[in-house]
Amino acid sequence: MEPISCTVLVLGGGPAGYVCAIRAGQLGLDVVLVEARHLGGTCLNIGCIPSKALIHAADQFYLARRFAAGTAPGVRVAEPTFDLPETMAWKDGIVSKLRGGVFGLLRRAKVKVVTGTGVLRDGKTCLVETETGDQMITAEHVVIATGSEPVSLPNLPFGGPVVSSAEALSFDTLPQRLVVVGGGYIGLELGTAFAKLGSAVTVVEATERILPQYDAELTRPVLSRLEKLGVRVLLKAKALGLDSAGTALKVMPDGGEEERISADKILMTVGRRPRLEGYGLAELDLEMNGTAIWIDDQCRTSMRNVWAIGDVTGEPMLEHRAVAQGEMVAEIIAGHKRSFDKVAIPAVCFTDPEIASAGLSPDEARSAGLPIKVGTFPFAANGRAATLGSEDGFVRIVARTDNHVILGIQAVGQGVSELSGSFALALEMGARLEDVAGTIHVHPTLSECLREAAAAALGQPLHA
Amino acid sequence: MAERVIKLPDIGEGVAEVEIAELPVSVGEMVREGDVLASVLTDKATVEIPSPTDGRVVWIGFEVGDKAAVGSRLMTLEVAEAAGEAKSDRGKAAPAAAETAIAASAEAQAQQLLAATLAKSPPPVAPSARGEATAAQMTAPPPTPPMVRTTAPSGSARPERPLASPAVRARARDAGVDLRFVKGSGPAGRILHEDIEAYIAGRGETRPAPGLVPNTSIEEIKVVGLRRKIAQRMQDTKRRVPHFSYIEEVDVTDLEALRTDVNANRKPGQPKLTVLPFLMRALVVALRDYPQLNTRYDDDTDVLHRYGGVHIGIAIQTPNGLMVATVRHAEARTIWDCASEVQRLSEAARSGTISREELAGSTITITSLGPLGGLASTPVINAPEVAIIGVNKIAIRPVWRGTSFEPRKVMNLSSSFDHRIIDGWDAAQFIQRLRSLLESPAKIFMET
Repeated sequence: MEPISCTVLVLGGGPAGYVCAIRAGQLGLDVVLVEARHLGGTCLNIGCIPSKALIHAADQFYLARRFAAGTAPGVRVAEPTFDLPETMAWKDGIVSKLRGGVFGLLRRAKVKVVTGTGVLRDGKTCLVETETGDQMITAEHVVIATGSEPVSLPNLPFGGPVVSSAEALSFDTLPQRLVVVGGGYIGLELGTAFAKLGSAVTVVEATERILPQYDAELTRPVLSRLEKLGVRVLLKAKALGLDSAGTALKVMPDGGEEERISADKILMTVGRRPRLEGYGLAELDLEMNGTAIWIDDQCRTSMRNVWAIGDVTGEPMLEHRAVAQGEMVAEIIAGHKRSFDKVAIPAVCFTDPEIASAGLSPDEARSAGLPIKVGTFPFAANGRAATLGSEDGFVRIVARTDNHVILGIQAVGQGVSELSGSFALALEMGARLEDVAGTIHVHPTLSECLREAAAAALGQPLHA
Repeated sequence: MAERVIKLPDIGEGVAEVEIAELPVSVGEMVREGDVLASVLTDKATVEIPSPTDGRVVWIGFEVGDKAAVGSRLMTLEVAEAAGEAKSDRGKAAPAAAETAIAASAEAQAQQLLAATLAKSPPPVAPSARGEATAAQMTAPPPTPPMVRTTAPSGSARPERPLASPAVRARARDAGVDLRFVKGSGPAGRILHEDIEAYIAGRGETRPAPGLVPNTSIEEIKVVGLRRKIAQRMQDTKRRVPHFSYIEEVDVTDLEALRTDVNANRKPGQPKLTVLPFLMRALVVALRDYPQLNTRYDDDTDVLHRYGGVHIGIAIQTPNGLMVATVRHAEARTIWDCASEVQRLSEAARSGTISREELAGSTITITSLGPLGGLASTPVINAPEVAIIGVNKIAIRPVWRGTSFEPRKVMNLSSSFDHRIIDGWDAAQFIQRLRSLLESPAKIFMET
């Protein structure tokens, strides 16, 4: 095939890559995007979107079961049923619709999409194995956006009943007994959903807490909810491997005796690693930062005009970070002055209840040596939370003592994921407690708790 | 991992000591085979020392500006075990011998690479910014363990950063303003749009100064590289060589007429002639009668080397400073050949690709500032030569021609001589001979 020559070659069509390609195309650059599988990457195909679809379906079914049990607000239904294949088909429909949307955006931005596995020959050329033959592409700029992949434990390799989150989002039958190894956000989100759908779920976590990156105060409502859902949580427990029949997981609990937990499926959510194999990245011999590609604050790698964005650059492996990086790199290549100068990369955990966080937690701020004051407001004192029947959780705000500049905002509670945008906005704008406390928040909404938390930090709470 | 010592290779031509001109790498930085580890300055040129292997710089023996002897330890690289394999293979029997063998082979390799790059030694490169970034990164927290936890909770909110909204930050970046230098007038020192606009408006030299202000700044500029070399040589020459200068006026009307005519009718591919190639040919002819001027005086051994060939040094101003390139065997070159060679050498000197050989070995030097040549000058001899011919600018002046003043094209020659070797009488005779050749240029060619 005729070699293609372009200005920007984006390797990988996930959120980082496709956003970079679209923005570069919008800015008039000549762009080629190479993707071996589906556009949209992990997030759209086997991550955020399908998992949130499944979580929503599980919540709906769980609610219906509560209606049937007569616990909810006077609504009664007959015994609800759940059809996993139908839910999966609905989920697949959402995914393919969004994927089509990405394709349309790329086309409108005049991005040439080449389907196949791209292998970099050097910092300027890439050989793509396509269905119709080898395609050579030369580019002035190469953007590496190859993403990440789930890792397993050495004694529990993927295969048989041991699956990653990708397979769990495409189960054809509901596992009766599901063991989740790794109590991070991916494991707990899916574990909770399957528990609500009727699986008997056990979570095996090696450290002493679930969601170890959050503080105990934030995770406590999640832990108590897991207990109510009948999820067994083993902390400080070691997954040793499958038993000989392959139907149970051998676990060494903290200080206890080795235990066998019967399982139809074992979901491994112990982490993700940058995907580096098979793209010729070894040839480039880029500087690394641990297992990730080293980048500077403009996503430049150690090689001139070779850029890296998204999960391949390491933690935090979050879609919105990847998108911000992709957009920035496109603009830098187009000659704009940009750098990654975000005050905060907010994060949300779609457990039950949800956790939203932006900026520093009280512990992080204290260990940074900052004098802080903390304001907390519970959803139990919020009218909207009462009418939603979910009074668990709180909003917490961390600010400097001296000038009241907000350093971080966290919340746990039903629906707090939608508050995360205002948390990040307050931090990026450099808001002080008075700014938030002086802003009218609509009644009756959960957002009032943010204002109340700021007022509490100022020592002027109204409703507490 | 194994360590590999990179020694300063022999640059050739009996150079025993060099000056470290550039160190584009820093400790901790990864280098690849062929990357430039250092640029060194010999008497004449800059030579790059390439890395013979891939590795990480763990030790650097010199700083920029240091003098280093050939064979001294320049750097230590940490290299992958594969590269140091020989050590473990041969090491059991005679570790010391193996060590030497590795060092020797490393040196040989460096030598080969050097030979490849010696022909063209580009101008020194500035130390890369990335080098510094990498060095900074080395001190950063240790890399994350291979088994990473699911996700970090949030990005870092660094409170020491200037407080400003994303829109203000974007405005600052576009305007090239570092927000750390902008005073914020908003609450808690937040930088507002007004603050940054005020900063931009008040910045820079475009603002008219309120009256005349004394500038009390003193900048310290380290004299390194070529400039230091020039300084030393000038100092040395002026201290050791008793100069005397002799200035004479030359009527170049006929020469200019000839030159104009030749240039107008030159063949394709022939260079445009300046006065310089005519002067070079005239020198060749004049030096036949005054061979004591075409010499190099070794005053350490009191030996005067008288050369049969005329190797004319041409002073060339380059972006880095003054260089003298040598047109070898001018006696065997036509006027066109002289012109082409001067042009080639000038371009090579200015682009930094000139070789050491091309900067050495002249027996007499011409210095010319062209239209900037002034009325007269007192050039410094390019020791160990004993004479230098300075060319001043051509001007039309009234000249008494027996019955009347006539407008004539006139040029001064300002020359300096080493009085230890050259007597004033000889110098004057020589310049008069040169003058007579230049005033009747046909003689330059008749006597060839």
